[in-house]
Amino acid sequence: MTFRVHVRVMPREGLLDPQGQAVEHALSALGFEEAGAVRIGRAIELDVAAASRDEAETRARQMCDKLLANPVTEDYLLEVEED
Amino acid sequence: MPRVAVVRFPGSNCDLDTLRAAEGVGADAYLVWHRDTDLRDADVVILPGGFSYGDYLRSGAIARFSPIMQAVQRHAAAGGPVLGICNGFQILCEADLLPGALLRNAGLSFVSKPVDVVVERPDTAFTCDYDSDCRLRLPVAHGDGRFVAAPDTLRMLEAEGRVVLRYVAATERSPFQPNPNGSANHIAGICNADGNVVGIMPHPERAADRLLGLTGGSGFFTSMVTLHQDS
Repeated sequence: MTFRVHVRVMPREGLLDPQGQAVEHALSALGFEEAGAVRIGRAIELDVAAASRDEAETRARQMCDKLLANPVTEDYLLEVEED
Repeated sequence: MPRVAVVRFPGSNCDLDTLRAAEGVGADAYLVWHRDTDLRDADVVILPGGFSYGDYLRSGAIARFSPIMQAVQRHAAAGGPVLGICNGFQILCEADLLPGALLRNAGLSFVSKPVDVVVERPDTAFTCDYDSDCRLRLPVAHGDGRFVAAPDTLRMLEAEGRVVLRYVAATERSPFQPNPNGSANHIAGICNADGNVVGIMPHPERAADRLLGLTGGSGFFTSMVTLHQDS
């Protein structure tokens, strides 16, 4: 079976996120003063061939730990959906 | 003379400058392609600056899995000297040969200018020709140079004296901004616990020839020769 995996990688809480800050300032300058705590991460989507949803998630987690996210500076969230 | 392997990744762009700087001090320097698996009896390995794999995903994240990196890991584990310059520093962090990570500059801009740094570790294979606490003017050129590490890792680096280069605070003698990227503790370069793996953001190979104006970086290359002659 093939599963569609959605990975959301975000800078770890507490780390300076200069991109998020710059976008927050831009939003404020555009009149969206209600916007706050803007943070910018990365979304990755991929197909994973696996026998089960659990196997797909386990393999995707290994991909994140090894390459897709940096364990020093980033956290990630996974969503697995059947194709 | 030491055999110095300069690893060329797709997207390296300081490889030839680095090769030339190593040759300039008499080293037997040569390029090694990232798909090679053999460092050809290198005494010293240098990962040069550039934009390996276009900095895709994260700077250095893909290059660290290049086939040559297994040989670099073995060389480092055996105590062999390894120097990562700029993108090379980013690759060493991604490869877990050095702690921490290098993130987008705090000011978001790509920074390309001379900076003043102080040498805090004059006992590595790349800094032994410098005096302790001597100041150098070296160029930086990077978009992802903000060194970060977990608080306990930072404390360990400081306690163990593993900060090799630190950006110097602006003084009357230095017109430059003290820290070009917002790095933690003004760190510009660190080493591993054994001191044989060194990563630095500034480019000594761009400051190793009188023709280029700055010569403060040549000590990184003469140090390799000094260490080799002493061993």
